[in-house]
Amino acid sequence: MTELEYAPGFFTPRVRQGRIRTRWLLALEYWFLQYRRAWRGSILSTFVFPTLYLASMGLGLGGLVNHHLGTHAAILGNGSYLTFVAPGILSASAMQIGINEASWPVMGAIRWQRSYHAQCATPIRITDVLYGHLAWITLKLFATCLVFVGISAAFRANSLPRALFEIPAATLTGLGFAVPMAALSAHIKNDAAFSTINRLLIVPLFLFSGTFFPLAQLPGSLQVLARFTPLYHGVTLCRALGSGQLMTLTNLGHVAYLATMVAAGVVFARKTYTRRLSR
Amino acid sequence: MDVLPDVIVEARGLQKFFGEVEAVRGIDFSIQRGEVFGFLGPNGAGKTSTMRMISCMSPRSAGKLLVRGHDPAESGSEIRRGIGLVPQDDALDSEMSVLDNLHIYGRYFDIPRKEIRARAKVLLEFAQLTDRADSKVDNLSGGMRRRLTIARALISRPELVILDEPTTGLDPQARHLVWERLYQLRREGVTLIITTHYMDEAEQLCDRLVVMDRGLIVGAGTPRSLIEKTVAREVVEVRLDDGNYLSLVDRLGDHIDRAEILGDRLCCYGEDGDQILDLILALGIHPASSLVRRATLEDVFLFLTGRSLVD
Repeated sequence: MTELEYAPGFFTPRVRQGRIRTRWLLALEYWFLQYRRAWRGSILSTFVFPTLYLASMGLGLGGLVNHHLGTHAAILGNGSYLTFVAPGILSASAMQIGINEASWPVMGAIRWQRSYHAQCATPIRITDVLYGHLAWITLKLFATCLVFVGISAAFRANSLPRALFEIPAATLTGLGFAVPMAALSAHIKNDAAFSTINRLLIVPLFLFSGTFFPLAQLPGSLQVLARFTPLYHGVTLCRALGSGQLMTLTNLGHVAYLATMVAAGVVFARKTYTRRLSR
Repeated sequence: MDVLPDVIVEARGLQKFFGEVEAVRGIDFSIQRGEVFGFLGPNGAGKTSTMRMISCMSPRSAGKLLVRGHDPAESGSEIRRGIGLVPQDDALDSEMSVLDNLHIYGRYFDIPRKEIRARAKVLLEFAQLTDRADSKVDNLSGGMRRRLTIARALISRPELVILDEPTTGLDPQARHLVWERLYQLRREGVTLIITTHYMDEAEQLCDRLVVMDRGLIVGAGTPRSLIEKTVAREVVEVRLDDGNYLSLVDRLGDHIDRAEILGDRLCCYGEDGDQILDLILALGIHPASSLVRRATLEDVFLFLTGRSLVD
């Protein structure tokens, strides 16, 4: 057996004393480190998807729509279809990113990489595990929305600087989905649920929350239903902010709706995380 | 600096339930600073549940528990600062490199990056993984992963290292390397708690141990005292062609401490195995085969539970 050479006392216990730094920040570091190995694929989707969407929906479909809009221009807020659809795609993408980031990565951290368990063996507490991951999702949402707004500006689909307000709004929209989804991902045992959620919830929301056309185009009863969906609030909020309506009561209502989803998600997630990680 | 208490873990009436299932049914033990303490028992005996409670990752259901002088229910995070955990499933990030796994774990303890780098270098030597520093964990063998998990647990200079089945699934050579490393830690004053279902591991490594079965502690002591107290110093195993073991036991009478029929052989326990074998031969009995050996923890377990340890 090879005898190891090391300074005597190398293993002698010396537990660190003093206050420990904010622990959720330490959990957040894991996600940064982990991102270093996956950033290439992620960068691609961050830049390429918005460009493709804006090109096809905004310019392609938009060209057709604008051409036939005629006297009905008011229905799209008197702008081009591109300016109408850009905030919609922004918040719908935020929703999808939020759902994605809070599904497989959460389940993987519990079941495959077991990184949550590794964190729980250290001074990091379960709430820190949760907040650290949510902080990462927030950063990722924010960065992606920032890029999207930048690309939209290049397409002349929005006007800066007021379009910058759409960034926190879309981030909030994404979080409104991500936090409850994280709670659910920690709860369920089978990842088959993810594709069910995607098919039955995310795709219909994507299509019918005012993303691509005003809700007024829907039959009356569906309009009412659509107004209750979270994505509608995100889309409408982004669109209002982008068109320069800032401090309105309606906007406050949208923010309150989305913030409630985040808060309820946190309460639910604290429960499911605790149940899963501290049996 | 505070004077450290001698007892690092103390449990009284410790219990753990999972719904209806009682995994740990009220156990008492105290672990001294600097010793290697073992939990020996078959799968499902409650060892892992006990480890998870000690490492403050799982709340106790009832009873008293003090770890590093604190109650895990109140100061889990603070207690974990001084613990290095080697869980049964490793919980390594398989897509990250060996070095990154060490690095991030050190960060969880808020250790400065520079200090982590210096420490990781020596720990990689310790784990014999220096030339694999940049490999993905995915590409490591079972023994390498195990050593990495042990190295990771040491990054924070813990005073208590908890190893749940440290050598399960390793080949003999890899096991001996792990044992060697654990001796080194003990020499430097690290307290070690080990669970195992390997008798030889418990006998080799542990200063003291408890035998667990179905959620209870059924025996406690040093490996040697446990063997001599519970069974006897030596064992004679004999196989008879006619299989008439009961009559043989009858005829040996008080010359043996106890006897146990194990499948197709008879184990006779006593102070002097050769003497017992001579006696059997003197009785005119010629076993098909015979073996005199020292009693082991396997015999203790068999005696305490009526079952053999590894099915």
